[in-house]
Amino acid sequence: MNAAQFLTIFISAVFIYNVILSRFLGLCSFIAISKETKPALAMSLAVMFVTTMSSIITWFIYRFLLIPFNLTYLRTISFILVIATFVQFVEMFIRKISPPMYRFFGIYLPLITVNCAVLGVAVLNVDMFFVNSKAVAGSFYYSTFQGICVGLGYTLAMLLMSGIRERLDLANVPKSVKDFPLAFIIASIMSLSFMGFNGFRF
Amino acid sequence: MEILIPILTLAVLGLLFGMGLAVASKRFAVKTDPRLEKILGLLPGANCGACGGAGCFGFAESILSGKLSIDACRVSEEAVKEQIAKLLGKKLEKREKKVAVLHCHGGNRRVKERFTYAGIRDCVAANMLHGGPKACAYGCIGYGTCMRVCPFGAITMSNEDLPVINEDKCTACGKCVAVCPKKLFTLVPLTKMYAVRCNSLDFGKKVTEVCSVGCIACRKCEKACPIQAIKIIDNLAVIDYNICDNRAECFKVCPVDTIAQKINKVWKNRLD
Repeated sequence: MNAAQFLTIFISAVFIYNVILSRFLGLCSFIAISKETKPALAMSLAVMFVTTMSSIITWFIYRFLLIPFNLTYLRTISFILVIATFVQFVEMFIRKISPPMYRFFGIYLPLITVNCAVLGVAVLNVDMFFVNSKAVAGSFYYSTFQGICVGLGYTLAMLLMSGIRERLDLANVPKSVKDFPLAFIIASIMSLSFMGFNGFRF
Repeated sequence: MEILIPILTLAVLGLLFGMGLAVASKRFAVKTDPRLEKILGLLPGANCGACGGAGCFGFAESILSGKLSIDACRVSEEAVKEQIAKLLGKKLEKREKKVAVLHCHGGNRRVKERFTYAGIRDCVAANMLHGGPKACAYGCIGYGTCMRVCPFGAITMSNEDLPVINEDKCTACGKCVAVCPKKLFTLVPLTKMYAVRCNSLDFGKKVTEVCSVGCIACRKCEKACPIQAIKIIDNLAVIDYNICDNRAECFKVCPVDTIAQKINKVWKNRLD
């Protein structure tokens, strides 16, 4: 466990393998909620929270349940089970504890329950930080940090996208590409520009 | 035997989580008023925000808590409002119906352009560039932003590039009032038949240079009105609709036909 490893995780998760623009995960929320900056930010915070927490939980499930019982092939279904349960629980919890917070990002939580980006992080963590069914030294911290960084990458993409779409809302574009078609075009151009990061490999 | 382990593991995992969620949903249950859903079903669902609530859901919540009255919704029909009032066991107070009125009679026929605008055909965008291309800095730009923002399709653009309001469709939601960069709309009671169709605060000379029907602040209307319902404020005639009772004196006396009369739900001055 060293600082260089953390830096590598940060740069690759946020820029080189950006969860949306390079890995193409979590696209539905990326297109649907990027119309304005404020909801986009709320959604991003919710995603960041869930990816971090699910990284932690799935690490424990994988390390102490799936590996001892030799059930690593069940990781997808068990991860989905854990994440969905966790998100549902958090939604109920926030709704009870703090209505303003629920209004700010609670309404986005059900959308995240089955978001592929969240499952993607969990699977990625397992692929990267477990070798031959053994945890790499410090893999728990790496996993947690990768969860945060993927959330950051998602936030970056959401903020860029919503900023662009807010401005384009005023522009005079042909009727046939207004709204979603235009969003797809922007997303692909942004994705192309993020390919530029592929130059630095670690 | 080997197949039993994964089956059991998943079953136990699922069971545990299921039970956990069931307990949590009991523990963290939030009580909601059953009337909320019913009220929400009765509301128009346009989420226009004219009531001051955050959409129809926010409005339903605030009429339940008593923050807003049912009357604040300008879109619902009276019958529907009475239904909601009955649901809450309250009585409905009646309110005068209002419509949006445009305070400009210029249009592209009377007001020239001072430069050719080639940007986005949107009043808000055009207004950012030196207040838009029209010679009158106070008048309607005519790119129809109000038409596009109207959730009820009550605004159309005339062949003079002036918005025309369909009084039957207008619900006085105030969206056009808010969006117009020149602040040309006000909400006027439906029964009032006269309106000042100008918004220019310039002096008379400057007004006549750019527009033939602009208010020159001659004060004839002010003197003609027997009940002082119309006053010149900052070089512009303004009717106080709390006082005005459709006497038409200002309309008859106006030398530049700024004051218009509503005939068959359309605003017309004497020249039209």
